[in-house]
Amino acid sequence: MAKEVILLDFWPSMYGMRTRIALREKGVDFEYRDENLREKSPLLLQMNPVHKKIPVLIHNGKPVCESAIQVQYIDEVWPHKNPILPSDPYQRAQARFWVDFIDKKMYEAQRKVYATKGEEQETGKKEFIEILKTLESELGDKPYFGGDDFGYVDIGLIGFYTWFPGYEKFGNFSIEAECPKLIAWAKRCMQRESVAKSLPDPEKVVEFMAMLRKKFGVE
Amino acid sequence: MTENEGKVKLLGCWASPFSRRVEMALKLKGIPYEYLEEALPNKSPLLLELNPIHKKVPVLVHNDKILPESHLILEYIDQTWSNNPILPQDPYEKSMARFWAKFIDEQILTVGFRSLVKAEKGREVAIEEAREKFAFLEKEVTGKDFFGGKTIGFVDMVAGSIIPFCLARLWEGMRIDVIPEDEFPELNRWIKTLKDIESVRECIPHREKQIEHMMKVSERYKLA
Repeated sequence: MAKEVILLDFWPSMYGMRTRIALREKGVDFEYRDENLREKSPLLLQMNPVHKKIPVLIHNGKPVCESAIQVQYIDEVWPHKNPILPSDPYQRAQARFWVDFIDKKMYEAQRKVYATKGEEQETGKKEFIEILKTLESELGDKPYFGGDDFGYVDIGLIGFYTWFPGYEKFGNFSIEAECPKLIAWAKRCMQRESVAKSLPDPEKVVEFMAMLRKKFGVE
Repeated sequence: MTENEGKVKLLGCWASPFSRRVEMALKLKGIPYEYLEEALPNKSPLLLELNPIHKKVPVLVHNDKILPESHLILEYIDQTWSNNPILPQDPYEKSMARFWAKFIDEQILTVGFRSLVKAEKGREVAIEEAREKFAFLEKEVTGKDFFGGKTIGFVDMVAGSIIPFCLARLWEGMRIDVIPEDEFPELNRWIKTLKDIESVRECIPHREKQIEHMMKVSERYKLA
């Protein structure tokens, strides 16, 4: 029998991790399918013809694409347990602003940190640290980005944490030295079952990043 | 004072499709607002204060609340003033609207402006690649009056501010037709219908001025 919720994903994807966490926060039963990105499944191509990318959330046969959109969808369809976004429109806009910020800035900067070398890598490291410091400043002394409760921005960012050891190793720097409050926040999030179950072993992510570095000719 | 009363200010730029679309929403909902024009590319101290992270227009100020990013502003407006809704209520339909809005501002803007202007593989290839992306929108608006259905909505404002009244003016200046009527009948039909909507019509930048502006912007972009 077809499962009501299927997630097409790729295990190291920090974006896929968002959707996994959101589903688990809501206690939604789902079927996880890991895609081979070099040989995308017919289902993936059919469900996301525009971008052909993971993650794709399939709910009762209908696809929802883009991780931030998926998390909002999940929050709206299963509203009763562990609300993810605030109900106030202004606070909601603020939460969405920060995930939008992460989506606009993080990818390119973090890619330069581990997948380039020389001057490009140094520039990437500076940009990356600046982005993390901006986020750390937004976090302030709160336990989570939204305040007392784990929510949308936490979900939007935490997936990158499994890539931190890799950034540190290949970028030759310490993120904790630069952003200690952010590391403390990440460890706090990791104590949550939905997060711990949804994030891969960082050592495996490091291996994956090493493989990518060879592929990009950086190793 | 009720939830949605109070002063609304919009920091925008006449040529920016991102601020024009916010004006469409404000006008559609009949929300009075004070408009402050930014003389871009120079950025005023007010803009830098209100949007320190991105330093961009539009920025909406509602009482003491400051909102940047047009998509966020549109959703905030829709949640705060419930008349003439621009987003669907159904979570799935809403997620589709958000998906298309993102596709338009990322992919369509890239192929309709950036790739076309840089034309690294030549203009013909750039136009073909643009048409491949526009084909998705052509399909999406087929069989509907608007992207939003029977009335204009979020996606119409996003697409409507960018395609006919921004990108199309660039294409005119470049003397190219990226979405010819014979290949994109539905998109062209949608554009014609859009111009009949008062809240859209009031937000169309002056054609010649816009063409001149887009040519200047494209020159700056080429050199960047």
